[in-house]
Amino acid sequence: MTTRVNEAGDVSRPSLKASSPRYGEKLIKAFLFVCAGLSVLVTTAIVISLLVPTVDFFTEVSITEFLFGTEWRPGRGTQTSYGVLPIVVGTLNITLIALVVAIPVGLLSAFYLSEYANPRLRKIVKPVLEVLAGIPTVAIGLFALYFLKPFFADLLPWVDLDGLFSQGVAGIAVGLMIVPLVASVAEDAMRAVPPGLREGAYALGATKLRVSLKVVFPAAISGIVAACVLAASRAIGETMVVLIAAGASPKLIGPWEFGESVLTMTAYIGRTATGDIATGTITYKTIFAVGALLFVMTLIMNLISIRLVRRFREVYE
Amino acid sequence: MRPQQVTMERKDAEREAVFELRNVSVFYGSQKAVNDVSMDIYRNTITALIGPSGCGKSTLLRSLNRMNDLIPDARVEGEVLYQGADMYSPRVNPVQVRKKIGMVFQRPNPFPKSIYDNVAFGPRTLGMTGDMDEIVERALRGAALWDDVKDRLKDNAYGMSGGQQQRLCIARAIATEPEVILMDEPCSALDPVSTGRIEDLMLELKERFTIVVVTHNMQQAARVSDMTAFLMVQMGADEHSRWGELVEYDETNRIFTNPADERTDNYVSGRIG
Ligand SMILES: Nc1ncnc2c1ncn2[C@@H]1O[C@H](COP(=O)(O)OP(=O)(O)OP(=O)(O)O)[C@@H](O)[C@H]1O
Ligand SMILES: [Mg+2]
Repeated sequence: MTTRVNEAGDVSRPSLKASSPRYGEKLIKAFLFVCAGLSVLVTTAIVISLLVPTVDFFTEVSITEFLFGTEWRPGRGTQTSYGVLPIVVGTLNITLIALVVAIPVGLLSAFYLSEYANPRLRKIVKPVLEVLAGIPTVAIGLFALYFLKPFFADLLPWVDLDGLFSQGVAGIAVGLMIVPLVASVAEDAMRAVPPGLREGAYALGATKLRVSLKVVFPAAISGIVAACVLAASRAIGETMVVLIAAGASPKLIGPWEFGESVLTMTAYIGRTATGDIATGTITYKTIFAVGALLFVMTLIMNLISIRLVRRFREVYE
Repeated sequence: MRPQQVTMERKDAEREAVFELRNVSVFYGSQKAVNDVSMDIYRNTITALIGPSGCGKSTLLRSLNRMNDLIPDARVEGEVLYQGADMYSPRVNPVQVRKKIGMVFQRPNPFPKSIYDNVAFGPRTLGMTGDMDEIVERALRGAALWDDVKDRLKDNAYGMSGGQQQRLCIARAIATEPEVILMDEPCSALDPVSTGRIEDLMLELKERFTIVVVTHNMQQAARVSDMTAFLMVQMGADEHSRWGELVEYDETNRIFTNPADERTDNYVSGRIG
């Protein structure tokens, strides 16, 4: 046996004191603190920069007119109207259509990858999914306009798809775009369920389907809800695809009106916030008000999802 | 010597084999884990599998309810007859096999659900008819757990102690009224008191079930089992190939007092292993 010799050369009684004052560690700690502080600061700055022009906006337009008005005609002289509902509905329609595509397809892929696919296939598919999740949204927009639209026009001849733009096509494109995200996050959650739980269920004579639905799914629910919320946030915030493929007509219509064009909140901001609008004008303030509303909508959604997760979560260990 | 011989034979005649293993080898990919095991496992007895780590006890146990099928490239050669029928025949559905042969694992693995739902999982899987409350109560009583949990059946199973969790897993396994229960080191994660309770439970359960138990604990094997199989690691020609082999299989009494093989003697007396 060897005895460790400490700094003082004292062999008999090893000291518990650090051999150096460890300035390096303190420095790193301080640096990390600054980094963490910075991200909080930036977030706060974003919120404030959204809020200031928004508050300004509401000195000119009443909140009730903004929130409950049904005509969106900002800055159109005598016809001007700031009812935000049509573009909120446009956003929600696109989001809904996207989720109807992305959640089932994404979750089923996740189930397949996590529970059914053999490990070799999973090793190939998982990275491919992650690459797919990074395809530029402009490309998806073009894909929607020049491939999906004609495709659906042929597939659904009874739907009026004569116009160039369609909320249905744009929503489906957004949905396809976020499938890899849903699949990847949900698969991670399912993989994280301890194999012992599956074995326990298989040993009771459960089929693969039953193990997936009754053991893996409930145990992974918090991750799965997280995947769905992430997907919804992506869909609500998606700008480029809707800018290209959804059109620019603010309309109060249901999501089932497949071939109609709509304007979403993000598309409005995207097409309005060009270099030539002057700061301080009402148009300038409008885009901030719409942005702030978008922010609040995502925030509410996240809060709801946190509650949902807490309620349904099956905690293991 | 003579009288003992007679009783042995009489016992053999009474005993009914539930499992008959004929030259069973198990492979993981190209690697052989268990080599050429032949043995009979008898009804309403506790059969212990003992042997040093890595000798293939778990592997052998899992071949008795086709749990190895869940490992992508695991393969079983030879014959496993269950009540006279080949368990690995292509016409046999492993899911059906597992409905008749329950299993308890080394680490308690209750589902993250209520105590009630844990026990009811198996009966629901089988579509058992009858009063579910009654089925759950009977299983919990069978696992000597009813008095501990009757007032908190709706609580999550993870709020229980390790020993209680393991008894819950036993309750879960017996709720479906299987014919056999396989146990893979069911007490290795438990303290001596919980271990004692589970051993008592096993002795009770053998009246109704056939039990096969893997254990590292010699005393436990000696205390609870009727039959003991001793497995050991054999080295192949090159140093990469090593597999488990059945060295000796006999009545527990004999294995621990007067084994036929010297290696068994060395192992049970603690000289190797
Ligand atoms: N899933 C697996 N894939 C590949 N090899 C495996 C797998 N499971 C076990 N093995 C190998 O098979 C051999 C037997 O393992 P097994 O787990 O059956 O031994 P054991 O006797 O139960 O050991 P222990 O007492 O440590 O539990 C070991 O060499 C092990 O490495
Ligand atoms: Mg083992």
